[in-house]
Amino acid sequence: MGRKLLLEKAHVEGIRHFDVYRREGGYRSVEKALKMTPDAIVEEVKKSGLRGRGGAGFPTGMKWSFLAKPEGTPRYLVCNADESEPGTFKDRYLMEFIPHLLIEGMIVSSFALGSNTSYIYIRGEYDWIADILEAAIAEAKQNGWLGKNIQGSGFDCELYVQRGAGAYICGEETALLESLEGKRGNPRIKPPFPAVKGLWGCPTVVNNVETLAAVVPIINEGAEQYASIGIGRSTGTKLISACGNINKPGIYEIDMTISVEEFIFSDEYCGGIPNGKKLKACIPGGSSVPILPANLLLTTAKGEKRLMNYESLSDGGFATGSMMGSGGFIVLDEDQCIVKHTYTLARFYRHESCGQCSPCREGTGWMEKILLNIENGKGKMSDIDLLWDIQRKIEGNTICPLGDAAAWPVAAAIRHFRDEFEWHVNNPEKCLTENFGLRHYADPIHVPVEKN
Amino acid sequence: MIQFKESSLARVNEIIARYPQGKQKSALLPVLHMAQVEFGGWLDVPVMDYVASLLQIDPIEVYEVASFYSMYNLKPVGKFVFEVCQTGPCMLNGSDDIVAYIKQKLNIGVGETTSDGLFTLKTVECLGACGYAPMMQFGKTYREHLTKEKVDSIIEECRAKAN
Repeated sequence: MGRKLLLEKAHVEGIRHFDVYRREGGYRSVEKALKMTPDAIVEEVKKSGLRGRGGAGFPTGMKWSFLAKPEGTPRYLVCNADESEPGTFKDRYLMEFIPHLLIEGMIVSSFALGSNTSYIYIRGEYDWIADILEAAIAEAKQNGWLGKNIQGSGFDCELYVQRGAGAYICGEETALLESLEGKRGNPRIKPPFPAVKGLWGCPTVVNNVETLAAVVPIINEGAEQYASIGIGRSTGTKLISACGNINKPGIYEIDMTISVEEFIFSDEYCGGIPNGKKLKACIPGGSSVPILPANLLLTTAKGEKRLMNYESLSDGGFATGSMMGSGGFIVLDEDQCIVKHTYTLARFYRHESCGQCSPCREGTGWMEKILLNIENGKGKMSDIDLLWDIQRKIEGNTICPLGDAAAWPVAAAIRHFRDEFEWHVNNPEKCLTENFGLRHYADPIHVPVEKN
Repeated sequence: MIQFKESSLARVNEIIARYPQGKQKSALLPVLHMAQVEFGGWLDVPVMDYVASLLQIDPIEVYEVASFYSMYNLKPVGKFVFEVCQTGPCMLNGSDDIVAYIKQKLNIGVGETTSDGLFTLKTVECLGACGYAPMMQFGKTYREHLTKEKVDSIIEECRAKAN
């Protein structure tokens, strides 16, 4: 088993409380960071190769270095804890069981970025976790790790928790900032990027929970040590939230060298598929990333073992690969219906579209209706091409990536499982009581011809 | 007259103090959450107008936010609200059966409230508990790994609380 950097102490009794957390070595990274210059911390994070853990995988150090620093204007750090991507429940685990790790990471990051007031924007439904965070923040403040003149360094930092109110779109960073300003979560047109004009028009960095937590081991152990874990541009460890048809759903911290096959079938991780069923398909990085049939999931189109990291999961592009995304790993067994599963995701995106851009607002609704018709045996063969056409017209034509996120699952389902959609259309009665099963392993080259 | 109790008003002021001067609108989401809890589980227009006056913003600024976010109820709900997740991972683990069972057991449809005003059933989209599916939001917390038996005991628990 690989090294754990984030969850190493998660099972220590009482780790949720300051005293235990501190006794186990907590807040050392703050002590170390306060003796460094802010620029040296940014440099360290750059060198670590840490990539944003929310889904996009953008290099964190680089994002930090874009932060504008105009004289006399406050800067802000905002933690994106609006975890809402179906299949993703890792940040929840971190915040619920080891809240001081996030707080510690945020103090170091706030110091590096020059933020004297930082916010954690948490999804509204995680109500009890907001309470846990607030209690932990109060403890940290009582012990001199937040507030004025932290540990005698002269650095002031306040940290606040703000709950959202049920909107997936607020995970998009500019929608999150709108929401934090007390508005509807409508994403902003970029540029300007938040690094220049963010919260209340001030320079702002928005980072995911796991990203900010990872700053702690980077500072404690040094960037080189951190970067020595993993492989290629997938450095450090990654939290994977595994769910669906597996024996051991839950949160796993992996170093990104293990294979997908090992992750699904080894007892150390998911423990295989329940009831002796076969693996049919998997969405490896949260509902937005392309679904892959078992054959392409386990080996790349080149015939190499696929690994659980950024590069390997995206090997082959969207034609034969997928993405690491947020690490929301959804496994489907042989009894699952791809049409129905895709329908629930399309319904999700229709529900969560903010409605600003017509392609997304209208397109997500059309896709949902067409998919429901096919699922209910009321589909036509031309509907499959129509679905393909709609998703093509959403992708890339919206202000924010929700449009792409809605288009990709539908596109990948048709790309790899077109025969299952056709079977539904050809068997309108049978598809209501039976499943297509495992007869697919669709030809990865079988992509509908684009129509102009 | 609609008015927060003293302790809530103090909390509102505490929240406003988290933001720079003049940015009190940022407190809107948290204050609407508080209003929903304190004023009967939903946001009636006079309640939203009251929140607007507290934050010195126009009522329309409150309406447009309250209607955007799915956690705010713009219609009355029962004393206990079951919000069952039905997105992909929960569906794979049988959320359809749970919804059907609750419907049959309480004799209501999705979005409806029982005639005694006790229970409202809602279906919601992904709540971030995919590994513990099927699940529902119940008040402040989640109820996970749902089975028919668990649903029965939650309903019993509610009835006991209501008496």
